[in-house]
Amino acid sequence: MSLRALLETRLLPAILVAAIVIILPLFFPSAYYYRIGALVFIFALAVVGLNLLMGFAGQVSLGHAGFLGIGAYSVAIGPVHFGAPSWLCLFAGAIFSGAVAFAVGRPILKLKGHYLAVATLGFGLLVAIVLTNEAGWTGGPDGMSVPALTLFGWRVHGSDAWYWIAGATFVGGFLLALNLMESPTGRALQAIHDSEIAARVLGIDVARAKLTIFIISAVYASVAGSYLALFNGLVTPDEAGFLRSIELVAMVVLGGMGSIFGSLVGAAVLVVLPQVLTIFHEYEQALLGLIVMVFMIFLRQGIVPSVTVALAGWRK
Amino acid sequence: MRTMKHFTATAAIGLCAVLSAGLQASAQIKIGSVLSVTGPASFLGDPEKKTLEIYVDEINAKGGVNGQKLQLIVYDDAGNANNARTFATRLVEEDKIDAMVGGSTTGSTLAMIPVFEEAKIPFISLAGAIQIVEPVHMWVFKTPHTDKMACEKIFADLKTRKLTTIAMISGTDAFGKSMRDQCVAVAPKAGITIATEESYGPRDSDMTPQLTNIRNKAGVQAVVNPGFGQGPAIVTRNYQQLGIKLPLYQSHGVASKQFIELAGPAAEGVRLPAAALLIADKLPNKDPQKPVVVNYTRTYQQKSGQAVSTFGGHAYDGLMILVQAMQRAKSADKAKVRDEIEKTKGYIGTGGIVNMSPTDHMGLDLSAFHMLEIKGGDWTLVPGT
Amino acid sequence: MAELLQFVFSGLTVGAIYALVALGFTLIYNASDIINFAQGEFVMLGGMTTVFMALAGVPLPLAALIAIIVTTGIGLALHRFAIEPARGASPVALIMITIGASVFLRGVAQIVFDKRFHSLPPLFGADSIQFGGAAILPQSLVLLAGATVIVILLWLFVERTLLGKAVIATAANRLAARLIGIDTRRIVDFSFAVSAAIGAIAGILVTPITLTSYDVGTLLALKGFAAAMLGGIGSPLGAVVGGILIGMIEALSAGYLSSSYKDAVAFLIILVVLVAMPQGLFGRVKVERV
Repeated sequence: MSLRALLETRLLPAILVAAIVIILPLFFPSAYYYRIGALVFIFALAVVGLNLLMGFAGQVSLGHAGFLGIGAYSVAIGPVHFGAPSWLCLFAGAIFSGAVAFAVGRPILKLKGHYLAVATLGFGLLVAIVLTNEAGWTGGPDGMSVPALTLFGWRVHGSDAWYWIAGATFVGGFLLALNLMESPTGRALQAIHDSEIAARVLGIDVARAKLTIFIISAVYASVAGSYLALFNGLVTPDEAGFLRSIELVAMVVLGGMGSIFGSLVGAAVLVVLPQVLTIFHEYEQALLGLIVMVFMIFLRQGIVPSVTVALAGWRK
Repeated sequence: MRTMKHFTATAAIGLCAVLSAGLQASAQIKIGSVLSVTGPASFLGDPEKKTLEIYVDEINAKGGVNGQKLQLIVYDDAGNANNARTFATRLVEEDKIDAMVGGSTTGSTLAMIPVFEEAKIPFISLAGAIQIVEPVHMWVFKTPHTDKMACEKIFADLKTRKLTTIAMISGTDAFGKSMRDQCVAVAPKAGITIATEESYGPRDSDMTPQLTNIRNKAGVQAVVNPGFGQGPAIVTRNYQQLGIKLPLYQSHGVASKQFIELAGPAAEGVRLPAAALLIADKLPNKDPQKPVVVNYTRTYQQKSGQAVSTFGGHAYDGLMILVQAMQRAKSADKAKVRDEIEKTKGYIGTGGIVNMSPTDHMGLDLSAFHMLEIKGGDWTLVPGT
Repeated sequence: MAELLQFVFSGLTVGAIYALVALGFTLIYNASDIINFAQGEFVMLGGMTTVFMALAGVPLPLAALIAIIVTTGIGLALHRFAIEPARGASPVALIMITIGASVFLRGVAQIVFDKRFHSLPPLFGADSIQFGGAAILPQSLVLLAGATVIVILLWLFVERTLLGKAVIATAANRLAARLIGIDTRRIVDFSFAVSAAIGAIAGILVTPITLTSYDVGTLLALKGFAAAMLGGIGSPLGAVVGGILIGMIEALSAGYLSSSYKDAVAFLIILVVLVAMPQGLFGRVKVERV
């Protein structure tokens, strides 16, 4: 394939992301940076899923961390209570999240706008409450420790190992999402986002399309949650909590709704920013809020779309 | 085009590296701390941070430790275990600390233990649950009394008052749940029967339904409320509102003057286990803790403008135990300091008299707790405890 | 029987708290279709400012008044400096701005105030009223009365005043409203100011029961939002009914079912109601023009 042809494929963004994943560690002075990088990719994975739901399908979810929590606790409860290997529990958790998304999505995806937001909020809170209360299974509010992942006899351990795993998975998830958006389902979703009634008139099964993307976004979040739990060696109900859900939504909106690459940027900003702001001590929270507001006022479509538009205008 | 935005993110990370590199001055002993300064546990983390800052300054003003100044690096985990873990990694890899005093909550402590165990850095935790030191981790210690001890103290007091059947109403937060579990575990051995249990969310504003159920349960002779924060104050008020006359016991998590202010006249007669810090000026003069707690109370109130809390006291003890261990080891070498911390004997702190050993990384026994009763809007010591 | 009454009193107390917070969401939504997640912070500011003014020696009624004025000013500032510049942004972006604002206000509050819990004295004393074997605080009745008064005032405002009609017109079609001469920016200014004032009043009234601290706004906003949606966003009566309903469900669940799952039961019921009635209990059925 000629270079030009390669550059014009759909693969370009994915190659770019893969390049970032590979090149970044050259700038890492210590394991701390690997950890930050790993966390960015883990959250970016969840954010890609949520972006498919919010950005492409236009459905607001304020409870997405619920799926993160289900994935996270699957790799805790499975090995500890059932002796199952971690990688199997990861898959089981993803399937279970998908099933829950199917069960919950069918009734609530009929709701619109803020009402859908409240329903998803309720779902997220319900998951968090169950995880906090059923201490016999989940260890209660203090959470439970998560045995490390073993792959082919090798115990996956350390920030650098998880950086590569999270990075690779993110590239895969990124490609998958890009493909999805070019597929008939993806196009149907964009049609629904633009005008649900017009889409229905065209014969698109709106309910089915929404449900499909809801399930897919739940699976993304579940895998991300499992990675987070395995990486930390510990899981607490906070991972399914309301604040975590809002954080995910903020990452989607900051990076750019409907921009898959924006998912990475949004995740990077909200993971790195608190680390950078620590030098401001007690002003950290106020500054964080201020920065989010400023970003949304001036880059209101999100960072990536706004910058893209600005650069395109500047080029002229 | 798009990658430019990503390089901005990388640049931000790079800026962070430069900034933290700038913070690393030579020949200073670095003490790291990850505290819940904001978030649901902030009234734990806030006095802890203030205490550490006040006393690091004081120690440095007097010449430091072993001739070296102390540098305190504090990060705020906002009560989230994932953040705590990230900051712990940062302290180890980036800031290259010599020792760690922190971990306001059990969750954040448990998240950080593997980091410090692997990096072989002494870690003195400020959290309450017994799992932090049981089983013993080589590099992990703690200063606050365990919730198990609080239960034992309460149950012992119940026995002296000839009360054996109780009801428990606990907060569903980590502190309340952990203490409730411990109380349930030690109750049979202490001869106490738990007739019924209720719970409430840490942010709830009305507990009258739960207390009504407790009031209606036959045979209940006293009520124990494991919890911290505003919940116990509201429970206490509701208790009086419903006219329940049974003895009420609170946990050591509410041991602060604020509780009495918030609960108001309803607090009259409430008992709770607490360290000597709370009754500093009422201690008999020959009590060895008196000079320490009076001094801490005066200094803290003066420098911060707020009343003391036991949590700040735990931070004080943690810092002092560490500093004294460094002085005995005559160096900041992590392994030597760890050994000396383990050898702490007869340290008189705000929490009690600490005697550590290879099998006991907390060092307090039941005598570190006094049973206090609220009378006339102030703490009084229940005689003989 | 007496215990059922006690559960009902508890439900009314907590429900009135949620109702007062939920009312704050309705006016802003009516004028601009925005869900203001900083509403909880207005409640916090009302309570905390009063507490700190009182601690500084200001007499309580004056402290409360100052708190309401300060919070109203902050509400106005929120609109002028954060929402207005972003006019035309997508609804999600606007919600994100209000979320950023709530984080910002909380961050400032912890610096200006402190991180401890505080209380205010109740209006009519702390002794509970005994009725039918159950006890209710006078302050709970004050809350219910306050919520009723605000609903009536809002209804009168919308139905009987020209300004109220202008608000409805702005909400229905902003461009059309401007075409007939309504200064829509002032209308939205006004709605933010009044919502902030309602929030502050709610904060001052509920603090004697709930206590207050710099981060009391988060959970209250959550429950208030849920209550407002349950009742049908945009309807003040719906907000109050929604709030009291949630409070009652929580209290009855805590009393009869399980105290650790009371919140879960409430949210489950909200989900069920919304699936059955997608625009809430009193919400306007949205007619979508194709």
